[in-house]
Amino acid sequence: MDDTILEMRGITKTFPGVTALEDVSLAVRRGEIHAICGENGAGKSTLMKVLSGVHPSGSYDGEILFDGKPMQFRGIRDSEANGIVIIHQELALVPYLSIAENLFLGNERRGRGGLIDWNKANAEAAELLASVGLHENPVTPVIQLGVGKQQLVEIAKALSKKVRLLILDEPTAALNDVDSAHLLGLLRQLKEQGITCIMISHKLNEITAIADSTTVIRDGRTVETLDMRADDVSQQRIIRGMVGRDIESFYPDRVSSPGEEVLRIEDWSVRHPTQERMVVEGVSLSVRAGEVVGIAGLMGAGRTELAMSVFGRSYGRDIHGKLFVRGREVNARTVAEAIDNGIAYVTEDRKRYGLNLIDDVRRNVSAAALDRLARLGWVNGNEEIKVAEASRKEMNIRTPSVMAVVGKLSGGNQQKVVLSKWLFTDPDVLILDEPTRGIDVGAKYEIYTIINRLVAAGKAVIVISSELPELLGMCDRIYTLAAGRITGEKPVGEATQESLMELMTKDKELVG
Amino acid sequence: MTSIKTPSTERPTPPDSTPAAALHSGTSDLRALVLNNLRQSGIYVALVVIVALFALLTDGVLLSPGNITNIVLQYSYILVLAIGMVILIIGGHIDLSVGSVVALTGAVSAVLVIQQGHPWWVGIAAALAVGIAVGAWHGFWVAYAGIPAFIVTLAGMLLFRGLTLQVLDNISLSPFPAEYQKVAAGFLNGLLGGQGFDAFTLLIGALAVAGYAVSGFRTRLARIRYQQPVESFPLFVARVVLVGAVLMYFAWQLAHARGLPIVLIILAVLVLVYGLLTRRTVFGRQVYAIGGNLSAAALSGVKVRTVNFWMFVNMGFLAAVAGVIYSSRSNGAQPAAGNMFELDAIAAAFIGGAAVTGGVGTVVGAMVGGLIMAVMSNGMQLMGIDQSTQSVVKGLVLLVAVAFDVYNKRRAGTAR
Repeated sequence: MDDTILEMRGITKTFPGVTALEDVSLAVRRGEIHAICGENGAGKSTLMKVLSGVHPSGSYDGEILFDGKPMQFRGIRDSEANGIVIIHQELALVPYLSIAENLFLGNERRGRGGLIDWNKANAEAAELLASVGLHENPVTPVIQLGVGKQQLVEIAKALSKKVRLLILDEPTAALNDVDSAHLLGLLRQLKEQGITCIMISHKLNEITAIADSTTVIRDGRTVETLDMRADDVSQQRIIRGMVGRDIESFYPDRVSSPGEEVLRIEDWSVRHPTQERMVVEGVSLSVRAGEVVGIAGLMGAGRTELAMSVFGRSYGRDIHGKLFVRGREVNARTVAEAIDNGIAYVTEDRKRYGLNLIDDVRRNVSAAALDRLARLGWVNGNEEIKVAEASRKEMNIRTPSVMAVVGKLSGGNQQKVVLSKWLFTDPDVLILDEPTRGIDVGAKYEIYTIINRLVAAGKAVIVISSELPELLGMCDRIYTLAAGRITGEKPVGEATQESLMELMTKDKELVG
Repeated sequence: MTSIKTPSTERPTPPDSTPAAALHSGTSDLRALVLNNLRQSGIYVALVVIVALFALLTDGVLLSPGNITNIVLQYSYILVLAIGMVILIIGGHIDLSVGSVVALTGAVSAVLVIQQGHPWWVGIAAALAVGIAVGAWHGFWVAYAGIPAFIVTLAGMLLFRGLTLQVLDNISLSPFPAEYQKVAAGFLNGLLGGQGFDAFTLLIGALAVAGYAVSGFRTRLARIRYQQPVESFPLFVARVVLVGAVLMYFAWQLAHARGLPIVLIILAVLVLVYGLLTRRTVFGRQVYAIGGNLSAAALSGVKVRTVNFWMFVNMGFLAAVAGVIYSSRSNGAQPAAGNMFELDAIAAAFIGGAAVTGGVGTVVGAMVGGLIMAVMSNGMQLMGIDQSTQSVVKGLVLLVAVAFDVYNKRRAGTAR
């Protein structure tokens, strides 16, 4: 018999002018892994904020039953006292504090006289770390850990709070495949210990692999709850629920007809900005007009570093190597020079490096090529609006107006703004760094379509991605990068996820 | 002065709030305009309320011809400083040294003109050169050495105060020759005669109104040509008439006092130039971009260092202009001149809606913020309220103004 640990009934939550959730219901069985899917803006995170008390009782309609008892959480402390712990997508760790300090932040292990007993805290921390399979010294500052390990620290922190229902918001979004696999294994292990998990995820392959049930939310309403154990639920099946339609093929078709070479890098090497080690070493690659070239590599392989160092030397020092654009050697020492030479770099972190979030769509679109709208330093504001409106139509940016503040848009639409910005510089080659990170399935498809349109128009595109299926679905050729070196190059026809992964992990042992 | 009194004409009415009106007729009604501009107009409303309050409390003395002239003369240098300050604050910096720079530039000018007997324009030119050099000094440390502006200009505050004392040998210098005094105390009047009032001042006022109307109309035409929403025509006329009336009243009062102060002309030109510079030029837009998201600006090809450098050079220049005006007004140079001016300028920028985190603010807003401070100080002086109480009131107004702004932003979720 299924025993329900959590039931949310008829949850309705409105913000001024928007109904984020409307009559949403959710039932979670004890000890299961329950996935929640939905496009960005569907209301997944809002639902979890209602559950965890971030949106306090009274600010929404509907009821929450936990262990059969009605709950009214006034804040995160209330929900945590009941064993409900949420781990947000943006990790909430203090970078310069140690693992142990982070674990017990707000929950300190006190000894005599109310002072913190650090010996006790560190000992307990070591136990918790062991239980999540993280072999690090508890006194290590969190900033020295990779994202994957930080995620484990978050889970250890949840365990320290005697968690019974663990909520993870996009836990693997920033993780590479190895770390993701480890995390999913850990979730299974927690499940065996009787801890119930709710997991919000965009990665459908993970959901089909690990979830016992999946609830699909669309436009603030519950669409359906699928029992993953009873039925054989495919990714296509989930997508249909999320978007309300079948996406025939996840990756739009494209006829590939590469032209002449647009960009070539020869023997490119980059040193870390503060440390002595080389981040990129002896990399050579090229991309032709009308071609999509992928760069596959694990986190820390130097993908972003390679791209940014090429883009006007915006990363690293001691940069050596040759850069050719359309056969001519160029020396782009600044971003402005890189742009002038027809290179555009679309960052992996649009909020930090791609957008001025407090400014509107119009000014973000023009930001990288304001000179094109200006005469003698004077900007033609009306022309600017026209350009922004054109981008809005062409890219299908869903915004009430081009005067809307970019920070208010959903991830997918923000990404389209960033793309618009770079297309307005009229580049020959676009380097797209994780172009679909953190955006929903529908928007991903739109981005792929845009990429196809660009290459059809003769642009050269380099795609950096952690998702191998994406690279296999989009690219003509794929380079693999490991520890700053190119370890392989394959036409897409000869590449498989397995063969790429093998190349991506190739000389890890050699370098350490 | 056109820009000071006018509600923001630049801001288009976002069609999202009134989709029907905007899409079908291409115009927006009064209600939408007021709602959309509530946050921006809040500060104008505050100014009007404060002016009305003190006009009442002082039995109308506040708005008397002589006193209006006084306010202009007394606070012009703070407003000049606030222009440079708000640009720095938008860019995510600050300048704590401007008071000391006002003193130093005034002192250099005084030494040359009063002590060494050079002509008045040599003093002004030297002061401006010193100001620009100081700005370049700050700009170098902030932009190229990467030291936070707070530290650099805190050092500058001490450094340039010290240099002022050395230049002046610790004594005050006065008086300036008559030509130099004219900068702050001079008036353009009597050029066209008049009976008990100055016709020239009225003419300039009328020209300003005409200029406002024409430029407003041209902007409107351009927006229509680009199919952007504009306010309905009667509303446009009403706005021009209202602004025109306020301007003409102001000119009328000045004409009945001593005419058009030269400082006012300098200030009006600066406000116009810098208002356009921040809104309409590539440089201005890059300042907003840097303040809004430094990394994104850098990765968009903005030459961050260069822009930062020139922001500080500009501040140095404006501090020198303020230094000349102040030395002219006080008819000499004193070792303690300009003390705390930086705080008044910073307060003006923040009351005027600039954000502590950068990326937000306007020159016109800073001017209104400065005027709010000016009218309050002047009003309280007229009422004979002592210095200590004045300070308490000004402190509270600064706090309340910014708190109100923060509250509004949180509610509206918009930036500018």
